[in-house]
Amino acid sequence: MLDILGAALIGQGTVFFVAGTVGLLRFPDIFCRLHALTKADGLGLALIALGVALMADGVGYLVRIALIWFFVAVAGATCGHLIARYARRTMPGVRDD
Amino acid sequence: MTDPILIFDLLLAAAVVALAVASLSVRDLFVAIVLFITFGLLSALAWVRLAAPDVALAEAAIGTGVTGALLLKTLHHLRYVTGTLNRPEAFSVTPAAPVPAPVLWANAAFCGLITLGLAVAFLGAPRSGPGFDALVAEALPQSGVEHPVTAVLLSFRAYDTLMEVVVLLAAVIGVWQIERGLSDAPAPVLGEVFQGFARLTLPAIVVVGTYLLWKGAEAPGGAFQGGAVLAAVGLLLLLSRLYVPQPSHRGVARWAFVLGTGVFAGVALLVAGGGRVAFEYPPEHAKTLILLIEGLVTISIAVTLAALFHGREPVALRTDGGRG
Repeated sequence: MLDILGAALIGQGTVFFVAGTVGLLRFPDIFCRLHALTKADGLGLALIALGVALMADGVGYLVRIALIWFFVAVAGATCGHLIARYARRTMPGVRDD
Repeated sequence: MTDPILIFDLLLAAAVVALAVASLSVRDLFVAIVLFITFGLLSALAWVRLAAPDVALAEAAIGTGVTGALLLKTLHHLRYVTGTLNRPEAFSVTPAAPVPAPVLWANAAFCGLITLGLAVAFLGAPRSGPGFDALVAEALPQSGVEHPVTAVLLSFRAYDTLMEVVVLLAAVIGVWQIERGLSDAPAPVLGEVFQGFARLTLPAIVVVGTYLLWKGAEAPGGAFQGGAVLAAVGLLLLLSRLYVPQPSHRGVARWAFVLGTGVFAGVALLVAGGGRVAFEYPPEHAKTLILLIEGLVTISIAVTLAALFHGREPVALRTDGGRG
């Protein structure tokens, strides 16, 4: 039962990653692309981590999965911020206010 | 019905080759670096699939993480020198001058020779057989550690590892000599969010790096992986400006560079002085000696990689705040 639920969550997470990738390739400018990418990172990874956690046996694995999720999420958010910040300061036609 | 994991492996192999070709052929330097980093991550995954987690860790930490950071830092420097830093055209910066044809051909010839050598070695190797697994497993109790890879790296084959540490030392000496007179591109200002990120992750990276080093005695991990992860601490400190290198730190840095090599060679000489072959550690002290060497080599690797990222040796600050 847990396995099926876990697989379903991982599947949903994959959908978010695919959608994020499509958005990254199709959206017109860097901020829309970042929007698509950070959704994939944030939600997709959270769903996959949750799915894997349901299949894990042992508290040690659960803690490790939680730590991986936390640090990848923080790093992803920081990266998105840094890219947007750099783009806002250097690209022409982007208002800096 | 084909095994789904086989399809995954084939896709992975195709992706690794495709990324390598793309990284070499693309004109934009930044895109080339990003492709190279992706290539490294997928290579690490390939090593996992080949049941070589030690190599995967090294590839991910050194081959991808630290090398990627070094390449990006070099690009930053190049953009500073060519005056395209923080300018719109920097988004599509291409090499200022094309690589001369003789250099291209010489590189191609050397790469061809290496590929040829690998092919000869691969075709000449026995197709199936036990390999060295049995020999290593048999000798493992004498090494003082429980992980075969660590036993090979620091006991059975320690000369190679010593030379790898020496190579790193030579690299940092070279950089400090050559970059003495070059202009120093200003470090990018990354803002408060990055500062907070650095503060949050720094303690975690220290724990992970130390864990990798300690775990190396019985499971995948060890000095090079741990050192590369700890070097990330140096990178974050430098990028977030929580640490600014000062000229007065040069002495400490020099000691840290040679610490690993010095202790490694010193232990070998001491062991050899006791009527044994170099690196034939006395069994009762083997684990202590290996951990001592690994610990100090880790410190050296971490400091050296961080210094390579910083580039030139720290110079005196000018009164106006810029570096002289």
